[in-house]
Amino acid sequence: MKDTSYKDEGQFCSGHVACAGCAEALSMRVILNAVGEDAVGVVVPSCVAIILGGHPTSSARIPFIHGVLESAAAMASGVKQALVAQGKEDTTVLCLAGDGGTYDIGLQALSSAAERNEDILYICFDNEGYMNTGGQKSSSTPRAAATGSTPHGKTTRKKNLIEILAAHRIPYIATASTSHLPDLAAKVEKAKTIRGMKVIIVVIPCLPGWGVADNAVAKVSRLAVESGVFPLIEVEDGLKYTMNVDEKTQPIGPYLDQQKRYRHLSNEDREGLQLDVDESWNRLVEMADR
Amino acid sequence: MNAPVRNENLQLVSGNHAVAWGVKLVSPDVAPLYPITPQTPIFEKLVDFQSDNLLSTRLITPESEHSAMAAAIAASATGARVFTATSSQGLLLMHELLHYAAGARLPIVMFNVNRTPAAPWGFWPDQIDSLAQRDTGWVQLYSETPQESLDSTVQAFRIAEASNLPVMVNHDAFYVSHAVEPVSIPAADLVQSYVPKSVRELRLDTGLGHTIGAPIGQEGWNRSRRQMDAAMQTITGLTHEAGQEWEKLTGRSYGPLETYRTDGAEMVFITMGSMAGTAREAVDVLHQKGIKAGLIRVRLFRPLPIAELSTALAEIPRALVLDRNYSPGMGGVLHQELLAGLFGINNPPCIHGFLAGVGGVNVPVEALEKLATEYRNAEPDNNPIWVD
Repeated sequence: MKDTSYKDEGQFCSGHVACAGCAEALSMRVILNAVGEDAVGVVVPSCVAIILGGHPTSSARIPFIHGVLESAAAMASGVKQALVAQGKEDTTVLCLAGDGGTYDIGLQALSSAAERNEDILYICFDNEGYMNTGGQKSSSTPRAAATGSTPHGKTTRKKNLIEILAAHRIPYIATASTSHLPDLAAKVEKAKTIRGMKVIIVVIPCLPGWGVADNAVAKVSRLAVESGVFPLIEVEDGLKYTMNVDEKTQPIGPYLDQQKRYRHLSNEDREGLQLDVDESWNRLVEMADR
Repeated sequence: MNAPVRNENLQLVSGNHAVAWGVKLVSPDVAPLYPITPQTPIFEKLVDFQSDNLLSTRLITPESEHSAMAAAIAASATGARVFTATSSQGLLLMHELLHYAAGARLPIVMFNVNRTPAAPWGFWPDQIDSLAQRDTGWVQLYSETPQESLDSTVQAFRIAEASNLPVMVNHDAFYVSHAVEPVSIPAADLVQSYVPKSVRELRLDTGLGHTIGAPIGQEGWNRSRRQMDAAMQTITGLTHEAGQEWEKLTGRSYGPLETYRTDGAEMVFITMGSMAGTAREAVDVLHQKGIKAGLIRVRLFRPLPIAELSTALAEIPRALVLDRNYSPGMGGVLHQELLAGLFGINNPPCIHGFLAGVGGVNVPVEALEKLATEYRNAEPDNNPIWVD
């Protein structure tokens, strides 16, 4: 993956209501500018909907419809088909959702749009929980993380959405992080050139939800990538796996230490999480080597 | 009724295929569809039209009715003319989005085939599925025959696009959906002139930049409902107008209500959908027996045309409401609506409510004759009466 230096042509406006220091707002700036002017957006309830703003304001220059939580991909399909009916095949349909709207309640509609290979660009801002409602667990919440609904730590693993999507054999799946903004911009640019279903999952360390310091999201994002907790990868046609950062350079410890949601962990728990990361990493390496 | 006009294209089709013909003639831009018994023949006929290159509508086939309505909403918000069809469980699954579609003022047209909801499972004609959606902000029309289902489908687009409210047309499972009758298929250019496509001002468009559905304050939300209320108040007039203009083109007239032998009637049946056929026949039989019965068929249920009903009932002392639905704890929905809507009018009729045909059970002409005879002099009773 060749990095693209990201640009800012004012597609994301200042004055939005994201928490100061939020990684999601930063990634939106990169994504909206990479997508450009010829785009129509769908957004569903999530932090991103709040950041986009209430009526009559909008922090995005492109038009958006604020849809319902479980229907992001279905609504994006409707927008796309209407645009095609109007002869606007080249207009990008950008779909923004959180992990609740993607891994949980929106998975059915997402799977269906993927099966139909709808020509949409779907971005999942993955902050690993229902952070907009005060921080409850979603199926994207990792094992051991404390949330409002798993106060002693979640007992089950994070759902592997990438493999679920890959099983649909859609043309493009990628992960991204605000610690690697040129990589994020390049992935959006690449997705724009592909016809069919594209999904990019962006890791969003949540200031209140993860218990991260106001000035630490870039650091936590970087540690997530470098520890292999959140590897940067691309999957093309569901088969071709590419690891964009192909080395784990950190143990999980420094990543965990930055977050209050893991502060209850014993050393044994931490070792268990390291084993989880190693296992998932090795599996990815194996897929990429095929 | 529905006298054929000259040079018409009469075809033997089912109620559902008549709907598909109406859709084909209107030619919407997008139609998200999901199969469900007994709606599926509408879906399949549209696919047939498309396969034969007779329909350019872009069909979306998602995994559920919920996603079908979500796609319909988004396509309509993008400025497309949109149709979908469903029934029973599918309509109930859409419920959340029905509020959204109306609140966003999207002129989607949906055909619903009235069918019993589970539990227990059943596939029978019963109108509770759509009546349970009465507070969502959708205009609701009820059709009695395959011909009317075609005509109402076309008229629904005109009403929806004039008001920016979504319109749901309903007909009864099997009794209408699968009944095969000669249906006059209008010419495509006639339909296109009746519902010309227009560009909507408020739509998702890269050149405009409007955002739709964003969070709003209490006053804004309140205002949105006041605006819906104002739009709802235009619907009865629009339904008249749509029916009159259609009559000029096809010879078939429609309004919010249909009245049959109501002049000088001592009692009328009031009902919706296929039950009207039985009631019409019962009216004739009762006349032969010296009972001056009549029929008011409610075609427009939402908004309820109260002024029209008041006028139609002005000289009529007694009304027998036949509900093919049951709202547990209250009774028949149309009965309750009429009690509420007609409360306080001058010379109100004595209104009796009957649960007739709930779950699709057959209500023969004789049963209605018996009701008319039994209740000719009865005191009104607000409790629902189950008809055997």
